[in-house]
Amino acid sequence: MTSRKITYCAAINEALTQAMERDPKVFVMGIGADDHKELFGSAKGLLQRFGPERIFDTPISESAMTGVAIGAALEGMKPVHVHIRADFLYLAMDQLFNMAAKWRYMFGGSRSVPLVVRAVIGRSWGQGAQHSQSPQSMFMHVPGLKVVMPTTPRDAKGLLLAAIADPDPVVVIEHRLLYDIVGEVPEEPFELPFGKAYVRREGKDVTIVANSYMVAESMKAAEFLSGHGVEAEVVDPVSLSPLDERTILESVRKTGRLLVVDTSWTACGASAEIAALVADKGFDSLKQGIVRLGQQPSPCPVAKPLEDAFYPSARKIARTVFEMLDRRVPEAEVPALTHKFRGPF
Amino acid sequence: MTSLKTLTDLYRAMLRIRRAEERVAQIYPTDKIQSPIHLSIAQEAIAAGVSLALGPDDHLYGTYRGHGLYIARGGALGPLFAELYAKDNGCCRGKGGSMHMVSTDVGLMGCSAIVASNIPIATGAALASKMEGGKRVIAADFGDGAVDEGVFFESLNFAALKKLPILFVCENNNYAVNSPLSTRHLTTELFRFGEALGVPGERFDGDDVSVVYESVRKAAASARAGGGPRLLEYVTYRRHEHVGPGLDHQAPYRDREKLARAMKRDPLDVARAMVVERCGVTAAQLDEWEAETKRDIDAAVAFAEAGAPPRPEQLLDDVYTGASA
Repeated sequence: MTSRKITYCAAINEALTQAMERDPKVFVMGIGADDHKELFGSAKGLLQRFGPERIFDTPISESAMTGVAIGAALEGMKPVHVHIRADFLYLAMDQLFNMAAKWRYMFGGSRSVPLVVRAVIGRSWGQGAQHSQSPQSMFMHVPGLKVVMPTTPRDAKGLLLAAIADPDPVVVIEHRLLYDIVGEVPEEPFELPFGKAYVRREGKDVTIVANSYMVAESMKAAEFLSGHGVEAEVVDPVSLSPLDERTILESVRKTGRLLVVDTSWTACGASAEIAALVADKGFDSLKQGIVRLGQQPSPCPVAKPLEDAFYPSARKIARTVFEMLDRRVPEAEVPALTHKFRGPF
Repeated sequence: MTSLKTLTDLYRAMLRIRRAEERVAQIYPTDKIQSPIHLSIAQEAIAAGVSLALGPDDHLYGTYRGHGLYIARGGALGPLFAELYAKDNGCCRGKGGSMHMVSTDVGLMGCSAIVASNIPIATGAALASKMEGGKRVIAADFGDGAVDEGVFFESLNFAALKKLPILFVCENNNYAVNSPLSTRHLTTELFRFGEALGVPGERFDGDDVSVVYESVRKAAASARAGGGPRLLEYVTYRRHEHVGPGLDHQAPYRDREKLARAMKRDPLDVARAMVVERCGVTAAQLDEWEAETKRDIDAAVAFAEAGAPPRPEQLLDDVYTGASA
């Protein structure tokens, strides 16, 4: 396959374009899906190419529109329902939990629900309490749903195409701060499997399991740690449900130490699930207690100093690893990640 | 004017629902049915009228009070009773129970136990139909309780906006669990709830099966021709308790006057009088239909009794597609 470097956003766009070209039953809907902002560019050109029947705006009715997508899916269509902020999914929980997740099971296998929900996590430029949430653990909790968090442009394309091809409901949680990152992506359509984690960086001293934008922070931290003689292995589950238990357990077996970094809160979160997995099935590999990093237990604040204190960062990750290894924290601070995102949304 | 053949078909569908549910109520105290049941006794005219007025390729989405639609559409009685018995030969293979009737073969796509939750899903089915030419009409059947939930309005708005081929069928039986409509809404003309959104509505007698049938037929023809959605309100009265096999006529929430009126006008009697007067059906014919219905129900109960419960190994089957033993 020919591949070239494109952004995460362009990779999503390419996945949608190719899926819609290949299958006339694929359509895209969501608040503002067909406006001039083109879903942050991820829907670029779709309206011109496929027309208003196949990509359309919806009323601000997240709950009913989720039901509409489920109904269309039950009747043979392949809807991709997009939410430009993941926070809006909370209005759609009844439909996702009570209907999409259970339809096939409670009707004894009668019909599947090939629904794709795309939701974008916001961060920085004062997104605040209601435009910044990462709801992945809510969906991990409920049998019948699949949950993925693409990190690289390659993930973004391969997982979205896999989600569209999948017969069951898949929640794809994207991160706004990843939209501009660039990476190798095959030109042809391809699908990445669910339930497969990626080792983003190999190391022998500590395993950092991180997802989505926390992978970027963890890689930055790992680079700094390496300069100080600590080799961290960064494992990115990408697919949270199903979860690739083996890759995580193998890494911990190698390093004996586990730090989990999630984009969301720690309580009952993805980090709790991953920690529980290793405690259950990899306890003997551990040289010390599992450590977790996530958002502080408050809503997301707007003021920059508070926001910086709220999120896990490369600095916090590096410091935590030094502490885990009982090493003195070096004088030199980890350089902070700089994001290009300047809003407004 | 409803044809004589159709009238007799409607009556026989109602009879089948009535006798099947009476049997369910009769079996219930034996604990062979170990899940909640919501009976639609005395609301059969709506299920029968809607089911027969729609075409064989049309799709229906219902609620936990869904035995009526299942039976009237022609769903097999055996798998219905087997599902109530939570057997593997039930229509949901023992995983749904009474509240989740389904028979996609006859166009009943599924019944849901969250009151308004199937309304948007039916709306999505209508969107899919429109994308494929709009020849299939969708019916969302729900009770008056469902209009309390926001998705009802959201769905009507979207259906109007996109001119979807859908009928919103409201069975107004006056109660949401034990709460009368008047304690939940200041304005109780439910058929008007869609007007401002662009969904024309009309209220009908829900206890006269020919009225239900004709009104649905007309609305379905219009929807099929691209006329968009309709809100059809059928006024009826819930005779049984919200859930369970019994009658709770002494309960304080009951409106005595409405109850007395409803008990004097049983929709099955109304339909029977019609087939006798208009179609000249004889007493012998009525008896024969009764006997035939009883035979079918006996066979269905035997089918359920003989069925095996699902095996523990089947627990995780169908959580995801392809994950079947």
